[in-house]
Amino acid sequence: MIPELGHFALILALLVAIAQGTVPLWGAYRRDGALMALARPAARAQFVLVALAFGCLAWSFANNDFSVELVALHSNTQLPLHYRIAATWGSHEGSLVLWMLMLTGWAFAVTLRSRNLPAAMLARVLAVMGLVGVGFLLFLLFTSNPFLRLIPAAPEGRDLNPLLQDPGMVIHPPMLYMGYVGFSVAFAFSIAALLAGRLDATWARWSRPWTIAAWSFLTIGIALGSWWAYYELGWGGWWFWDPVENASFMPWIVGTALLHSLAVTEKRGTFKSWTVLLAIIAFSLSLLGTFLVRSGVLTSVHAFATDPARGVFILIFLAIVIGGSLILYAGRAGSVGGGAQFAPVSRESFLLANNILLVVACASVLLGTLYPLVIDALGAGKISVGPPYFDSVFYALTAPLAFLIGIGPMASWRRATLPDLWTRLRWALAVAIVAAVVIPLMRGRISPLIVVGLFLSCWIAASTVTLVIQRFRHAPQSGLGAKLGANTSAWYGMVVAHLGVAVFIAGVTLVKGYEVEQNVTLDRDQSVEVGGYDFTFRGVVPVNGPNYAGVAGVVEMRRGGVLLDTLRPEKRIYNAGGNPMTEAAIDAGFFGDRYVSLGEPVSDKGTEGAWALRVYVKPFIDWVWGGCFLMALGGFLAMADRRYRLAVKRKIDALVGATA
Amino acid sequence: MKARHRRFVWIGAGVAVLGVAAALVLNAFQSNLVFFFTPTQVAAKEAPQGRPFRIGGMVESGSLKRIPNTVDVTFVVTDTLQRVPVVYSGLLPDLFKEGKGVVAQGSLRPDGTFQATEVLAKHDENYMPPEAAAAMEAARKHKSMSMPTLKEAK
Repeated sequence: MIPELGHFALILALLVAIAQGTVPLWGAYRRDGALMALARPAARAQFVLVALAFGCLAWSFANNDFSVELVALHSNTQLPLHYRIAATWGSHEGSLVLWMLMLTGWAFAVTLRSRNLPAAMLARVLAVMGLVGVGFLLFLLFTSNPFLRLIPAAPEGRDLNPLLQDPGMVIHPPMLYMGYVGFSVAFAFSIAALLAGRLDATWARWSRPWTIAAWSFLTIGIALGSWWAYYELGWGGWWFWDPVENASFMPWIVGTALLHSLAVTEKRGTFKSWTVLLAIIAFSLSLLGTFLVRSGVLTSVHAFATDPARGVFILIFLAIVIGGSLILYAGRAGSVGGGAQFAPVSRESFLLANNILLVVACASVLLGTLYPLVIDALGAGKISVGPPYFDSVFYALTAPLAFLIGIGPMASWRRATLPDLWTRLRWALAVAIVAAVVIPLMRGRISPLIVVGLFLSCWIAASTVTLVIQRFRHAPQSGLGAKLGANTSAWYGMVVAHLGVAVFIAGVTLVKGYEVEQNVTLDRDQSVEVGGYDFTFRGVVPVNGPNYAGVAGVVEMRRGGVLLDTLRPEKRIYNAGGNPMTEAAIDAGFFGDRYVSLGEPVSDKGTEGAWALRVYVKPFIDWVWGGCFLMALGGFLAMADRRYRLAVKRKIDALVGATA
Repeated sequence: MKARHRRFVWIGAGVAVLGVAAALVLNAFQSNLVFFFTPTQVAAKEAPQGRPFRIGGMVESGSLKRIPNTVDVTFVVTDTLQRVPVVYSGLLPDLFKEGKGVVAQGSLRPDGTFQATEVLAKHDENYMPPEAAAAMEAARKHKSMSMPTLKEAK
């Protein structure tokens, strides 16, 4: 009964979405207030219906309803409750329901925070989101129905892929989708503005907080995914340039460009048509990512099933959305008009350079991701593009970008002068150069990559701190509290996010430059020295979990003879699948991680004898994710800026006053 | 500078960045594209010597051997037509099993052994690496063509 209720709710949601996607658009075209007013209740109803469907699916998982095929395939009675609920999105169908939940959730949020939007704008925004929802609901209902019954019901479920049985599974997909799908709001605002033929600073001010919110969630989502891969896959890697990772990274890169270009549009009224184009591209890349991940053209932990019908459907949907919005863009962008003038050295110029670099970097990732697929589709053989390609191209393109982070915020709008920038930044530059040489010398190993990475990291940090100091010193207020209050939270958000980039680059540089990895075989009580730590293997002990059994290695970690920690890397066999799973043991710290994972017994004495072990020492690895969280925190700070709540209202009042 | 000139400068800058990027991409492609070969192709000497490539197929049953007290292993990758011996130094992925699909990256040694630098992990026991599946499929088609013309059919 419950699954049928969910199915019915999805069908109703589709009908509501069709109404939401058409009637308000027609109303906006005819300037009919009653028709436009339908958008808000329709968006809310759609959210409630999709949430109901999602709840029904989660209920079926939580209650082990194996008469639902999806539950029988992806869950198991032995699975703890939180993983049974997380298993709701552990499959192709379930993850699409999550996608829809996020889309309608964002639309719902728009209806709540839109009191200041003109009715026609709101009607168009919600209608565009409704149309996107129509596409996904059709896809769900016709190719990927999650509520299909299995008759007779299975006595027991097949189990969730052991890799997914992890706290990361509970939090990573919702965060990622929240960001991914959040770009639909920026997209809807852009399409609405194009339809209305009105693009101005007010539009940018409406669309900016939504974009920042989506970007922040996406940042967290990607960081969580990376962290999860690091501790779960047992290889100690944190970014593989896997096509699936790229699929989420590309919208992030373009989203970052969009954030910065929106700033220019809001403050200076320039880059308008470019900003709109970026919003379209960001959401198109989100859709492309969904296609790549869900159609089965890529194989990875994220690809659930290979069904050509699904791939074709998403491809057609993709073509309609991207093609349609680009045609609309081509027709309307010309009439948008240019903005204010700016000099070659100005904040606008630096932000434009930021945009060019980010878009080109995204294009290079896109090329490396799609090239093997295209070659394969043409029947020209199978190839793969490895991490070295992405590393070399991406580093080269983002290094100048990182350098600009130090200068851009210092430059004034419209016109800045190089001598002035030099005066303000020379100390930061000196600090960065000295640090970039001294730190590697102190650690005893130096390479061009380490020097450049450390220089960029220290440069961003030093110049950002300089920015804050100078801003405070020149503030007319006296007293620290008053000086603090003189800046907007959006400005603090920028500072925190840029410091996050510095922390991130430091983490990447230090872990890539100084990590030590060793594959060793250790007999009981034998030791190995890796990166200044002594690891002693004390044999294995049995472990038992709720739905698995296995062994844990006991590895004592010492430095200078002092016992620091006892690590217990596990090798698990899950009852339902019968497959082994490596669970690494990590001693995490502010200055780095010690990482041990258990291989296999290598002697003829079986588990009692010697084992193969992976022992890694990874300095400053946690800074990689710490930097990402700082970036996201900066985003949330910026989003909370008062002007997004107050200024919109004031502008509208002014407009209404002017026309009256 | 007039607005029009300025726009040309910016377009020029954009094209320059794209040009540099294209040069980087081509350069990186040249050294980092990894091609895939089936054991049959390797036996026919189609695979490059001394340049990394990927090989895929099935791990032959009973072929996995460990050198005691080291992390070195040897196994045989087969597409049922041809066999390629593989040596690898390192820990094998969890789902590596005899009789199952595998993809390895590495290069050929002069003696015809494949020195793997990476054995690719599978994420799911039901999933066959697409390259391995393709190799098996190619071999199956090959077999179904009449056996005596094997050489011409290549």
